Parts: sequence; structure tokens; C-alpha cells
Amino acid sequence: MMKFLAMGGYALYVWPSYALTVLAVILNILWARSALRTARQEALRRLAAARPASTMSYEVGT
Amino acid sequence: MAWVWFHRFGSPPHFYRLATRLGPWFGWSALLLCLAGLIGGLVLAPADYQQGDGFRIIYVHAPSAWLSLMVYVVMASSAAVGLIWRMNVAHAVAASCAPIGASFTAVALLTGMLWGRPMWGTYWEWDPRLTSELLLLFLYLGYMGLRNSIDDLGRADRASGLLAIVGVVNVPIIHYSVIWWNSLHQAPSVMKFGRPTMPASMLLPLLAMLAGFTCYFVALLLTRARAEVLRRERSAHWIAAALAAPAGSGTGTGAGSAGEVPA
Repeated sequence: MMKFLAMGGYALYVWPSYALTVLAVILNILWARSALRTARQEALRRLAAARPASTMSYEVGT
Repeated sequence: MAWVWFHRFGSPPHFYRLATRLGPWFGWSALLLCLAGLIGGLVLAPADYQQGDGFRIIYVHAPSAWLSLMVYVVMASSAAVGLIWRMNVAHAVAASCAPIGASFTAVALLTGMLWGRPMWGTYWEWDPRLTSELLLLFLYLGYMGLRNSIDDLGRADRASGLLAIVGVVNVPIIHYSVIWWNSLHQAPSVMKFGRPTMPASMLLPLLAMLAGFTCYFVALLLTRARAEVLRRERSAHWIAAALAAPAGSGTGTGAGSAGEVPA
């Protein structure tokens, strides 16, 4: 196990590379999900604002 | 037939449904392929005869670099489709590519630096491959900056789309830089004519990682593009139906948390 972690003396370069990549992979998942959540909430707000009086439909939010 | 498919793909409700349904398939394939690639690359593959265990950085560096280029090509081609056929969905796909591409270009550069330090004796060299990859990062950032600076979505799509298309000339420059110029960077070992110069025990994990990262990108892109499509559809009635379902659930058969990328 220690031998595996030592990476033949390259641990200082191998593990940070992997950590960095995993971090980017996870952050991208979180970003994509929050983008979808925000877009859904905004769309729902627009729908709610447009529904009660369709004659004076205006848009709320951005 | 092809045109029918093309037009259906360009219709936002159809695209949204398709993206919701396909997302989890790509997400779970990505997870399985990357797990297999990591076990193969970190545990099963033998150490390199020159670089020892240091070569194992390739299993994260090469897939990130592959994504940095592939995502750009997807972004530029969708932008072109959006500009030529005035297709909103294509613009949404192009806009969704940029943050993913930018982050993996940064990862490719940083893991490359971490690999260069022990092997070349330096983190950075103004080498053709490294410099053109850095330029790719600036192209992504410029694309995103340009979009953010224009309030009108239609104008942002057109201006940033043109930038993406012009910047695509950088992609072959990056790929062939190690062949055209005398570069510190090693020549490609997978994407080349003839047989790859790696034994199967090293190559198979790399191919699994490349495929896994590609599936991961598609899953991310589908999620992001759904968000972009929602932002663009101002008062379309299909949104009410699409959003009536609880967050993340698809319209098709219950395939778990449809459309979301598995964490």
C-alpha cells in the first residue's frame, strides 16, 4: 500500500494531478446541476407571473 | 429523413425531452468507464521503462487534453449550425460547451505542468504545444467574457459564435504542433496513423478513460444545454408540461434521477 502511494518517487506529481482532475470533474457536475436548477426556478417564476393575467403578461426576473 | 431528424432535434421541447432521457445513460457509462480506467491505469498497468510510475499522469492528462480539443470542435460546429440555420438549440449547446471546455483546458495545462516538472525539469516552457493550448484557454475565456458582456441573447449568440468559429484554426495547430515543430512534448501515442506505440496493458486503461471522459462531457453538456434551452424559451407552453414533473425526472421510463449526472 505504501509502495502504491509512493508512486515510485513520483507521488508529489501523480497524486496532485489526480486530485486536480477529480476536483474539476466534481465541480463541473455541481455547476451544471445548479445551472439547471436556477433555469428551472426562473422558468417557473415566469410561468407563474404570466398565468394569472395573460392580457398583461410581463416577465419577472432576469 | 435526415432533415426530419434535423428539424426535430432543433425543436426545443423535443431536444429537452431527449436530453433528459439520454443524460443518465451517458453519466453512468462515464462512471463505469472511468472506474475501469483508473483501476487499469493506477493498479494493473506496469510502470513505464523510462518514466517509472510518473507516466500514470497520462490517465488524467490525456483525457483532459482530449476534452479541451473535442469540446471546442463541438462548440464551434454548434455555433456554426446556430448561425447558418438560426437554430436556438444549437446556440444553447454552443454556450453550454464553453465552461466545460475551459475547465478541462486548465486541467490539461496544470496536469501537464505537474508531469513536465519531473520529466523535463521545468513546469513551463514556451513550447508550441504548451503555448497553443494556453491560447485555447484564452479562446474559451474570451468566448465566455464576450457572451457575458452582451445583454441581448441573440446578439451574444451571434458574436460569440463568430469568435468560436474563427478560433477553430487553433485546434489543428495544437494537435499537429508536436509534429510540425521541434517540441518538448512527446508525440501522440494514440491518435496517430498505424499502430499505437503502447502495450495493451497501458493503452486499454487510457482508451477507457478517453471514452469515459467523453461520456461524462455529453452528460454535462445535456444538463447544461437543458438549462440554456429553458432560459431561451420565454413563454412557450411546453415548459409548463416539462417543469410539471419534479426536478430531474424524465418523461420516459423512470431511469433513476433522469437527466442528472451521477455524483
